[in-house]
Amino acid sequence: MEIVLALAIGVLTASGVWLLLRPRTFQLVIGLALLSYAVNLFILAMGRLRIDAPPILRKGEAADPSAFTDPLPQALVLTAIVISFATTALLLVVLLASRGLTNTDHVDGEEEDE
Amino acid sequence: MTSQHILLLIMALPFAGSFAAAFFPAGARTQATVLAGLVALVGAGVIAALYPAIADGDVLHSVTPWLPSLDLNLSFRLSGVSWLFAMLVLVMGALVILYARYYMSDEDPVPRFYAFLLAFMGSMLGVVLSGNLVQIAFFWELTSLFSFLLIGYWHHNQSARDGARMALIVTGSGGLCLLLGLLLLGHVAGGYALDKVLASGDVIRASPLYPLLLGLILIGAFTKSAQFPFHFWLPHAMAAPTPVSAYLHSATMVKAGVFLLILLWPVLSGTDLWFFAVTPVGAATLLFGAWVAIFQQDLKGLLAYSTIGHLGLIVLLLGLGSPLAAVAAIFHTINHATFKASLFMAAGIIDHETGTRDIRRLGGLYRFMPITATLAMVAAAAMAGVPLLNGFLSKEMFLSEVLANHSGTIIDQLLPWIAVLASTFAVLYSVRFIHQVFFAKAPEPLPRQPHEAPPWMRLPIEVLVLACLVIGIFPAATIGPFLETAVRDTLGDQTPAYSLAIWHGFNRPLFLSLLALASGLGLYLLFGKRLNAMKASPVVGRLKARRTFESVIEHIVAGAARLHKWAGTARLQPQLRILVLLALAAAFAPFWNFGYSVGDHGRTLLDPVFAGLWLIGGACAIAAAFLAKFHRLAALILVGAAGLATCISFVWLSAPDLALTQLLVEIVTTVLLLLGLRWLPKRHPDIWPETRTPVKVLARRSSDLAIAVLAGAGMALLAFAVMSRPFADTIASYFIRNAYQQAGGTNVVNVILVDFRAFDTLGEITVLAIVAVTIFSLLRRFRPAADSIETPMQQRVQASFDREHADREEGDSIADYLMVPRTVMEWMFPVIIVFSLFLLLRGHDLPGGGFVAGIAMAVAIILQYMAAGTRHVEERLLIKPLRWIGTGLLLATLTGVGAWLFGYPLLTTHFSYAELPLIGTVPVASALLFDIGVFSVVVGATTLMLIALAHQSIRTPRVSPTDKSPADRVLRTAEEPG
Repeated sequence: MEIVLALAIGVLTASGVWLLLRPRTFQLVIGLALLSYAVNLFILAMGRLRIDAPPILRKGEAADPSAFTDPLPQALVLTAIVISFATTALLLVVLLASRGLTNTDHVDGEEEDE
Repeated sequence: MTSQHILLLIMALPFAGSFAAAFFPAGARTQATVLAGLVALVGAGVIAALYPAIADGDVLHSVTPWLPSLDLNLSFRLSGVSWLFAMLVLVMGALVILYARYYMSDEDPVPRFYAFLLAFMGSMLGVVLSGNLVQIAFFWELTSLFSFLLIGYWHHNQSARDGARMALIVTGSGGLCLLLGLLLLGHVAGGYALDKVLASGDVIRASPLYPLLLGLILIGAFTKSAQFPFHFWLPHAMAAPTPVSAYLHSATMVKAGVFLLILLWPVLSGTDLWFFAVTPVGAATLLFGAWVAIFQQDLKGLLAYSTIGHLGLIVLLLGLGSPLAAVAAIFHTINHATFKASLFMAAGIIDHETGTRDIRRLGGLYRFMPITATLAMVAAAAMAGVPLLNGFLSKEMFLSEVLANHSGTIIDQLLPWIAVLASTFAVLYSVRFIHQVFFAKAPEPLPRQPHEAPPWMRLPIEVLVLACLVIGIFPAATIGPFLETAVRDTLGDQTPAYSLAIWHGFNRPLFLSLLALASGLGLYLLFGKRLNAMKASPVVGRLKARRTFESVIEHIVAGAARLHKWAGTARLQPQLRILVLLALAAAFAPFWNFGYSVGDHGRTLLDPVFAGLWLIGGACAIAAAFLAKFHRLAALILVGAAGLATCISFVWLSAPDLALTQLLVEIVTTVLLLLGLRWLPKRHPDIWPETRTPVKVLARRSSDLAIAVLAGAGMALLAFAVMSRPFADTIASYFIRNAYQQAGGTNVVNVILVDFRAFDTLGEITVLAIVAVTIFSLLRRFRPAADSIETPMQQRVQASFDREHADREEGDSIADYLMVPRTVMEWMFPVIIVFSLFLLLRGHDLPGGGFVAGIAMAVAIILQYMAAGTRHVEERLLIKPLRWIGTGLLLATLTGVGAWLFGYPLLTTHFSYAELPLIGTVPVASALLFDIGVFSVVVGATTLMLIALAHQSIRTPRVSPTDKSPADRVLRTAEEPG
């Protein structure tokens, strides 16, 4: 499992970084989305992988930390998911506004002179 | 009340007054004056009342702990010398406030002036009362800032702006040096508390860092106190209103440097380095200032250069390092403040009454304003050092000190000459000031017929001139005890025997004094007429400090521009490339040093389904990267697939909450991007000349690909290296153990979000709200590009179909579009809402919670928009996203603040069990209220973003930005009640 997840993180990062370096605004938006998947999975992986051990306690039993996966990365990622939605939306709107003003969807607001 | 509170109160008073004055209407002159005056008088009264407590050499302290472990506390102390300076600041402040009431004209926004002045007064008090080095530097910079605002008060005036900028740059850079110097000083002394520093003089002077820290502190003090060669900002600061000059440039701000030198005199002085660094600078400034003052044609310019000279005199005295010289320095600081402030005020009256400050054009004013003239004469006589006035006393002390031996070098022989010369110049310019302005015949009629100033405007001058006289005649009975306290505080056991008498017999200082008076008068009789024709100061007129300053600034700006041109870029791609490369380098560096190894932590068994999942997920990600340029919709779908793989991984790896949230966010993100697609241009494949992609483009793409592959490989290796190592015990076990016992929830992730780390969550939802409102306001002025305005092809096809058929009206097809899914989606509305509430309520114990419930709710609303169209929905359903956001933020914050009512820290949660009929025992936690707040913010923010974007499609794009489009109105009616 670890190796698959590590590879998945790698592939998502590589695709994301590639798109991040592209000149078109939409590529940037998609790249950031892919990168945020990679980062969220990476943060989750920092708490190590556990199967069938969600951090949901059972009432009336003493909570044994070793029986559950690490809840902290999950709490971090949860807010990160929501915030990354907000930033994606903001980025998209800024890019749309920039396109409306400059008539191009190049990230610099003007076509490169080739 | 203890001294703890009193000192804090004194410090808070001017700033509170400043804040209040800022809200006065622009015309409220008298009210603002009363407020400011009261602040200054109350402060002065309280400080005066504290005198008995410190008269015997005690020091009052007020320490409010802030970071005690780092020795950083809000600390104030009142000692003899700070008492004297605090009184100076407050009493002068009160007088200047009264004066300014009559000086400022009706057009000036006077409350703003008082707001700045009070804030400056507070900063100055902060400098003299601080009990901590860092704090001194802080208030020091504040005085620079507020002096900038005060000098630039008439900001419509170019010279005021220039003067303000120059003063800020010079004193601000000096302040930076001072901060460094004080940090070093604290480092050497082993603490930043002033008491600690003052007690470690020997350690400091013996430290190898002593030369460096001394140099830095001196640069700070010299820039502030306008010492040569940093003096040039002071004459240019004369563009300030005259009350500012009287306050800042004679009595307070320029004395801050002197104060610092006096304060640190016990620990820094007494070395050869101190003597040779301070005395020559003081002597040069004294001579330079006095010389240039003679040739000034502007009244305030004359006073400014005279101030520079007197500051040089004080610095010279401090440089001598002998206790008696220090006494003279403290004494002269007070005396100079009294006579110079009154002269500035008199100059202000003259300017006010005649409309000019040019000495050449003035004359014979004694006839029109005898009282002001008399007052100015007494003050000018004090400035010249005429007996029976306070200036004479400190000048006597000065002269007797320069006659003594100090270093055994040539400086000892030079100092008496310099002193006599400078005193002669002082007499010369004082006589010139009085004679030209009040007695000589004006060359042409004055611009205005002058009158005597109103009595209230003269009052501050009268008070100050009276002080000059009283101190001059009865020094021991008036200033004596206070001076003694200040001197004892500074010098301690070194306090010398000095006498504050007018008459010390016929001795050399008296002889020198009389010599200076006689030669000054003589020189004026000989050359006085010619001075009016002078355009620049002889000898030193070539020193163009201002031009040097301007060219240095110009070079810095030009250099920055060149550097930016060479190293900077406005293009996003190179910036991102550098950023990614730097991150790569930073991440690879540790592996380079320590090698890469895989740990032996037990692996989880590989499930082939999981591998298959990521085979697909990875392929989707790569395909999305490949297609994002030309096939946006396909790329969007593929990203969704990769997101789905992520979501399934979350479920697989025991993170049900994440999976839920990810799934729902995936939906809204896709909708959002779909809405955005409409406004992007059609992209055609690049057509390169000769049908070959240029080498440049290929090279860039391959290097980007290499960077991307490297980054991916790095992340994979890093993630694998971490995952293969055992997991140390972290704070997570605390959360797991206490989630149920202390917070009453079994879903630990949710408990962390709404209880343990609720403050973070409050921050998160605030960010979310800000982003949503930003998007909303950005889109209100949205203008699409010209090629996106046309109606989409599908709509045109449908519309033309309607037109071709007689039985249909235009719009029918669109209205009936996807009838069956639409009906299903409309029926889903209540179901999803119930589901979302279910998620919200169970969140504390089972996967769910405010975030995910909020997005589910937003999805319900968005589905309605998608099913029935914006107009149709908004005719029936009134959604006010801003209300949702506001209510949510308010609820979350109030829940947190509620804990205060019960004496707990912010956001402490309470929970208990409630018996509900039929349902049974349910845990009721205040965290649920907080979670409802989160829910409400998420609902509002998500719908606001999506609806705002959706509205763009039904707006009729306009060319003119002033037009209100119908959709704008639609959205606004959705926001406003009714």
